[in-house]
Amino acid sequence: MKLPQKKSLLLVWGMLAAAALLPVLSSNDYYLGLGINLSQYVLMATAWAVFSGPTRYVSLASVAFYGIGAYAVAVVGDALPLPVVFLIAVAAGSLLALLVGLATLRLSGTYFVIFTFGLAELVRQLFTWYEVNITKTVGRYIFLEVTPRQIYWELLALLALLFALSWWIQRSRLGLALRVIGEDEMVARHIGIDVTRSKLVLFVVSSAFITLTGAIMAPRWTYIDPAISFNAVISFQVVIMALLGGAGSLFGPVAGAIPLSLLFEFLSARFPNHFSILLGAAFMVIVYFVPNGVAAALSAWWRRRGKAAA
Amino acid sequence: MNSSAPMLRVRGLSRSFGGLRAVDRLDLEVGRGEIVGLLGPNGSGKTTAMNLISGALVPDAGVVEFDGEPVQGLPAFKLARKGMARSFQLVRVPCELSCLENVISGLAFGPRGIWGEAARTRARGHLARVGLADKADVPAGELTYIDQKRLELARALALQPKLLLLDEWLAGLNPTELQEGIALVREIRDSGLSILMVEHVMDAIRALCTRCVVMSAGWVIAQGQTAEVLAHPDVLAAYLGGAAHA
Amino acid sequence: MQLIVELLLFGLTLGGLYAMVAMGLTLQYGVARIMHLAYGEWLIAAAFGAYAAFTYWQVNPLITLALSLPVGFAVNWLVYQVLLSPLVRRTQAGPALEVDSLLATFGLLFVVQGVMVVLFGGSYHSYNFAAEAVNIGGALIARNRLIMFGLTVLAGLSIYLFLSRTRAGAAVRAVATAPGNAPLVGIDVRKVSAITFAVGGALVAAGGVLASMFLTFSASMGVIFTMKALIVIIMGGVGNMLGAVVAGLLLGMAETLVARLVDPGLTLAVNYLLFLSVLLWRPAGLFGRPVR
Repeated sequence: MKLPQKKSLLLVWGMLAAAALLPVLSSNDYYLGLGINLSQYVLMATAWAVFSGPTRYVSLASVAFYGIGAYAVAVVGDALPLPVVFLIAVAAGSLLALLVGLATLRLSGTYFVIFTFGLAELVRQLFTWYEVNITKTVGRYIFLEVTPRQIYWELLALLALLFALSWWIQRSRLGLALRVIGEDEMVARHIGIDVTRSKLVLFVVSSAFITLTGAIMAPRWTYIDPAISFNAVISFQVVIMALLGGAGSLFGPVAGAIPLSLLFEFLSARFPNHFSILLGAAFMVIVYFVPNGVAAALSAWWRRRGKAAA
Repeated sequence: MNSSAPMLRVRGLSRSFGGLRAVDRLDLEVGRGEIVGLLGPNGSGKTTAMNLISGALVPDAGVVEFDGEPVQGLPAFKLARKGMARSFQLVRVPCELSCLENVISGLAFGPRGIWGEAARTRARGHLARVGLADKADVPAGELTYIDQKRLELARALALQPKLLLLDEWLAGLNPTELQEGIALVREIRDSGLSILMVEHVMDAIRALCTRCVVMSAGWVIAQGQTAEVLAHPDVLAAYLGGAAHA
Repeated sequence: MQLIVELLLFGLTLGGLYAMVAMGLTLQYGVARIMHLAYGEWLIAAAFGAYAAFTYWQVNPLITLALSLPVGFAVNWLVYQVLLSPLVRRTQAGPALEVDSLLATFGLLFVVQGVMVVLFGGSYHSYNFAAEAVNIGGALIARNRLIMFGLTVLAGLSIYLFLSRTRAGAAVRAVATAPGNAPLVGIDVRKVSAITFAVGGALVAAGGVLASMFLTFSASMGVIFTMKALIVIIMGGVGNMLGAVVAGLLLGMAETLVARLVDPGLTLAVNYLLFLSVLLWRPAGLFGRPVR
């Protein structure tokens, strides 16, 4: 396990650097758009797995955070400098994660899944209600002077930050705590690990990154309303990608997000009316045939090959 | 904290599941540097009692004083940080972690929170103490059952506890291993720990426990000096399955 | 006074529907141990079935209702046999089953929903059946709501009698409380699970036909019904039939109160508020006992 980890680390940093050069080498807007779409899903799938991988709590609410990030930009974006807007977005997303976590994370995973299952819908209804009754509008326009290139680089920078942070967590005391929790919570509690707090920290970190992704992406939308920014399909795609890649390893979600974003891009363009059916079917195929993700399948294959050679 | 109080004092501890009173008004005490045996037939409530004391379960009623301080209802991780360590009836070690990592996990979140190189050095010391010095980098899942039991003990000791709760730690050992195990527990006691042990192995109880508490159907049916308790007619009846008050 | 009677009637009838739908889900989750996230999609599918039958072929919804029971049963039996039993075998009904089954049914949710969007589009649908008002104690209420309420009571009672009075019901309860021990007394756990799962499907399909008689619905609303059913069974305690009934009525009342007195846009918020209070104060449900 040690060797592939180090190799994939190098590989990922190399890929990030190469990806960052893309807009310099080519001025084709189509590829830049594709790059942005890929990066946002790689980011969200990785952030999702940071929490759901070690704890095995399945979150179905990614889009609730993504949408909050987008709304933060829509509401205060033109009044404040961008870094401050991002900070506000992170604060809002973290606060929601903290509340959800405090209510659910001391209970079994089932409660958490159920809670997150409806969370995006709840947030969407609350935003709709607020917009209709208080601001008397449905949608909002986002006019910010942010170029697609800038969005792309912001996403890559955030991704680099996420990798660095997860790498650091893995080596920290929190990382060890998570490995013990993942294997046996009972043991974890009896050696002094505050299980709920460890999960809470991770959930807030994961949600903050997803919120920030939504905030960075907001200028791409130009127009948002609650139905667009809290679209459940986004949560759904994030979960599939992370699962396909394997939520257990740091770079698994990358391996899942890249092919699937390309596939979904193709499917949604080619079969717009049947997209949801195909998405659901793809999801079920993954659950049945690649239950632990391709990363685990590959590393099992790697180990078998190693043993056969020895 | 309070050096005149016993290490553990339990009064009126009770817990029911549905209609079943698993533990009913349990009283017991473990003095400083003492080994107390908790005995009883299967299903008499011993493990539930251990879970109540160690914070895995919340009692319905009763008081648990640990080192002179009331601790009933506190979550397990807080008790662990206060210096209460335990082993499990069926060994529980995270299998994918190496032996060294297992012991480090006992050091890292304990009262002192030892981490880094200091933790690795100490962890090796604890492994050596239970006879696993050469297994440091082996994943815990690859150990034999007996070695996993040793590892669990090393992890418990890494917490630097004041009180150790052992749940049938000596069960399933062969005669040689049993003698080694008894010597190890005695040595741990001599280093200043207090121990409460659930046990069925009579040789170990006679060799180690100064006092015993015997439970049956959630009740304490006898307690006192080990030799007297083991000769008590109610205890014999409970173990042999006869009527308790024949 | 008239308002109170009206609120009571509306709350009770809506709550009756929720209770019935939640009973089906608590059977599926409590007995077959499947967290069925596509549950509400079957409700909407049945509602569309009743809608299509009524608008295109003038079929009385009560006839559709009678048909929905065997169809819902068959569809869910197939879902269990084809989609879920491979997962049950793979995980040997261990803890991984919960995660795997909810992921698989999450995928199923999008498939079923996608099919309905293709067939009926994304807009809201409704039809007029027995919508004439009936006067009860000064309050006016549509006849269809009363019919629905009567039928949910009937369904609830039959399930209750089945579970408590019949031999098959005893087998179901045995699997629910001790799946590990049930085979020792000669119960085929997988068969009981499949049938119970299918009974849950019959209930939700019937619930869908009943809901279509008085509610406006759209292809994407299944999630909301699943969510409500989940909240009700957690409030009532998983596997607890009486709990599901009481919690369902409570939810119906709370929603009606807020929709009529505050704002209809906040009903889901009410759901969550109830859910949160249960999680914070009684995580094992209103009638359960905390485990820790």
